[in-house]
Amino acid sequence: MGKNPEFVKFDKVDKSYDGKILVVKDLQLDIAEGEFITMLGPSGSGKTTCLMMLAGFETPTNGEILLDGNIISNIPPHKRGIGMVFQNYALFPHMTVYENLAFPLRVRKIEKDEIDKKVDKALSMVSLNGFESRMPAQLSGGQQQRVAVARALVFDPSVVLMDEPLGALDKNLRESMQYEIKHIHESIGVTVVYVTHDQSEALTMSNRIAVFNDGKVQQLSDPAELYEKPVNSFVAEFIGENNTFNGEVIDIDNNKCKIKLANSEILANPISVKSKGEKTTVSLRPERALINPTDKMDNMFTGKIEEVIYHGDHTRVRLNLLGSSEFILKVPNSTSNLELKVSQDIKIGWNSVDARALDPK
Amino acid sequence: MSSETKKILTTDGIPLEVSLKKAEKKNKIKAFLLVAPLLLFLIITYIFPIGDMFMRSVDDRMVTNMLPKTFKAMEKWENLDELPPEEVYRGFYEDYKLLAENQQHGKLGQRLNKEKNGFNTITKKLFRQIKRKKIDESASLKEQINKLHKRWRNVEYWQAIKRTAPPYTMAKYLKGMDMYFDVDGSIAQVKEDRRIHRILWLRTLEIAFFVTLFCFVMGYPIAHLLATLPMKYSNLLMICVLLPFWTSLLVRTASWMILLQQQGLVNDFFVMIGLVADNNRPEMMYNKVGTYVAMTQILLPFMVLPLYSVMKTISPSLMRAGKSLGGTPFVAFMKVYFPLTIPGIGAGCLLCFILAIGYYITPALVGGASGTLISNQIAFHMKTTLDWSFASAMGLMLLSGVLVIYWIYNKLVGVDNIKLG
Repeated sequence: MGKNPEFVKFDKVDKSYDGKILVVKDLQLDIAEGEFITMLGPSGSGKTTCLMMLAGFETPTNGEILLDGNIISNIPPHKRGIGMVFQNYALFPHMTVYENLAFPLRVRKIEKDEIDKKVDKALSMVSLNGFESRMPAQLSGGQQQRVAVARALVFDPSVVLMDEPLGALDKNLRESMQYEIKHIHESIGVTVVYVTHDQSEALTMSNRIAVFNDGKVQQLSDPAELYEKPVNSFVAEFIGENNTFNGEVIDIDNNKCKIKLANSEILANPISVKSKGEKTTVSLRPERALINPTDKMDNMFTGKIEEVIYHGDHTRVRLNLLGSSEFILKVPNSTSNLELKVSQDIKIGWNSVDARALDPK
Repeated sequence: MSSETKKILTTDGIPLEVSLKKAEKKNKIKAFLLVAPLLLFLIITYIFPIGDMFMRSVDDRMVTNMLPKTFKAMEKWENLDELPPEEVYRGFYEDYKLLAENQQHGKLGQRLNKEKNGFNTITKKLFRQIKRKKIDESASLKEQINKLHKRWRNVEYWQAIKRTAPPYTMAKYLKGMDMYFDVDGSIAQVKEDRRIHRILWLRTLEIAFFVTLFCFVMGYPIAHLLATLPMKYSNLLMICVLLPFWTSLLVRTASWMILLQQQGLVNDFFVMIGLVADNNRPEMMYNKVGTYVAMTQILLPFMVLPLYSVMKTISPSLMRAGKSLGGTPFVAFMKVYFPLTIPGIGAGCLLCFILAIGYYITPALVGGASGTLISNQIAFHMKTTLDWSFASAMGLMLLSGVLVIYWIYNKLVGVDNIKLG
């Protein structure tokens, strides 16, 4: 398959519902063929609106959406050939599983034998063979979910949209479904646009993630880069856990800068700061700070343990460090674990590369 | 339960079932006491009147009680084609004399007159003879009575008396279907030009059917709009739908009379826009048109509300799913939305039809002669002819008709699927 890097293209798309507030602002987004892209963001960030515009249920206020090079803004939803999995599955409650899956094929006037074959194939893809004659109400949440996925794929659409499809499932089922959807995507190579507000879901499943906030894409990159190298405070805050320090740049060179906090100074990696005197928020992942580091690290401080919370596979430690009592450490559970006690003083160190000086909050 | 399955015991050794019953007894009594007032109310105002209506509709004991000796003697009357024997005449004479003394003879005359025309005259003649003491009780009463009037010598009159003997009769029900018991007791049809009730039954069904249809055609889009519009508009629309509910039925019907009459507003408007000539204004009232218009307006909320309550529960994402899967808006509507609204359609149509079948004031006021329904006939017999037993019989026929419709509906759609809100 010749991969088209601009298979789906949002070109300067604006969307407003009331003519006063822009829900989506100047969206520029290219989705490659066969890619699994996730739109991630808090509720009200415009991600679902983008999906609805792509599906054809909303029209862009300005700008164009292109599918495989063709402008689709004026094509009604039923002619776009885009599969969609809805938040509450939207299975037709009065039809059996078979009839639900056959619906998109029947409206396309496909012959009965062919329909049977395709339905069978789609059901085996989600391992639900033998459930053809069940009604949706007789299925569990996870099974309904899989029927919904099978229905969105059964007519071989070029793009499948998923609008928080796992939101209604419990945690364990949600995780196994994440892998299942990912594997289906890998095996059939369809382009998937996935919307969620759950960052771990996004990190697990996607090729690339677009983080939405306030109607804009804040960062578009692969999961690792998104987590390791957030480009602004919002992304750093939204993806994973995060220790922050607010301060002012007092010294800066190519790959290091000195930040003045309320009553101390730290070294950080200048990402969005350019010059002295700028306000900044420094972001540091909890697992990047180590207790009693053996290696030489350029940030070394002493903090006092405020709280210890046992989480099984790791222990969370809240410290009073550099004037803030919200500093979080994640200590993996290993045999060499130290005895961590409240009000004990410990040494903490991290590398300035991991402390990213971003835009001020 | 098979005897092999062990009875589960509680820790105290009491069987679980017994223990459960004991624990729930108090709640059950409480629940019963809570519904008791309503139950009592229903028995007094609903079950009892219907039972009374039924009794009234088949009750024919009046003559039975008035002529005990006659009917006793008639048991020996074997050849019904000939005049009855002397005993019957004597029995009738004695019964009638007693009635005359108690001033009850007039009622009997009227009642028998309904059975066979001409009874009133000949019983009055008999009464005058008894009053003047011209009847010789020691001689043959058969001869003396037969001499009074030629009708007494006509066996049909005696057969008519015999027909009134059983204390219960289905005659009123037959009358409601334009049939009657013939002289020989077989069921016969009323002459064609006198079959009024059958026309009324058919017209009632026809009007109920079309009113239901109009309500459905107009109510479905409104209900859909109500269910899909944003709250602030749908509330306003809901008030518009419910407004008729809060207006007196008579006021609404009267307003239709103002609107629809020949010199009324609608006709004025038609003339103004040149749709009809001023001297050729169409009749829109005192016929079926008036009944249709007024009843559809009155019954519309009963269609809209059940539909609305069902449509409200249909997730908008279902229609979207239908469209995104490739169905045109029409296909998505017919295959997805419409089947899901069937419970509401069933409930709305059932409600409208049942209410329309029994409608009374509106057709009486705007219906004229061709808009009269069976319920007007029932009212007519209640108030004007005072034939309550006939009114009861027709009322019960109407009720059983409704039950039949309900039964058919249950077979087709299933009552469990009805959603009233």
